[in-house]
Amino acid sequence: MTGERTQVVVVPCSGIGKPYGTVSREAAYELCDDLRPGATRLISLAKLVTGEAEASERVRACPAVTIDGCKLMCASRLVTLSGGRVGHEVSVLEVYRRHKELKPEGIEVLNEAGRALARVLAEEVALVVDDLRRTATSPGGGHA
Amino acid sequence: MLRVIQPKVGLVSCSGEELAEGTVARLATLKVLHELRPSLTVTICLPLFLAGGEGDREFARHHPTITVDGCDLRCAACGTEKYSARPAVTVVVNELVDAAGLPRPRGRRALDGAGREAVDLVAGRLARLVDGLVAGGQRPAPAAPVPGAGGTGEGPGAGR
Repeated sequence: MTGERTQVVVVPCSGIGKPYGTVSREAAYELCDDLRPGATRLISLAKLVTGEAEASERVRACPAVTIDGCKLMCASRLVTLSGGRVGHEVSVLEVYRRHKELKPEGIEVLNEAGRALARVLAEEVALVVDDLRRTATSPGGGHA
Repeated sequence: MLRVIQPKVGLVSCSGEELAEGTVARLATLKVLHELRPSLTVTICLPLFLAGGEGDREFARHHPTITVDGCDLRCAACGTEKYSARPAVTVVVNELVDAAGLPRPRGRRALDGAGREAVDLVAGRLARLVDGLVAGGQRPAPAAPVPGAGGTGEGPGAGR
């Protein structure tokens, strides 16, 4: 996985019951599809639940950003349980506390405020991705 | 006064963020939970089997469970069985879609027309499976290997 070492894996929570889980997924798509498509790789959390080989190897080889929708922080915990390194963990609730005007509503389809919250979150994380990649490629900063 | 406790069927969807079929699985599950069989179904986030407490891991021991997977990795079925109990029925979106002769869904972030059609197909199938489990008084069974679905899109788990 040498050529992909500088990729950052992005693991959103798979929350199905609340809008915050939907925001985490939407933010991950925004980040991986629009903001940093070449630098990131989306990993489905379900694969880490079952220990799927390729996904587990990838989280062990690349720094991970986790985006969680609730305080249980499933994505962060499962990356760690899989032997990966969480380079940065984000809680949708924490971002929402800083942007109270963006109250997410809707689970199947987010309201406009929810989509805006996802964009804000993704833009913040994009900068972290850049830092993680710089650290990973700088002398002595390579990820084991 | 005699209270009748309505049995609930547990639905466990794969998160499937990487594939459109995962989005179909999730939206079909939500459609059953919110629209088609709201009083008969409950759900849990799949990762809670690992990241949650013992109460979460007991989910499928208390509810006859239908797992809904987007692809043949069957993460929801395998995860449910490994950490909780064997699902009563396993459903795989890809196999249901193929069996119905529908095109494969596209658009993991926003489903195309085929994806929306697949959501309706899977949700309808889930609703009928829920009815069958409730009518049959299915109880969860101890863990055992999840059998293959045999190409029909759904497979037996416990007690079928």
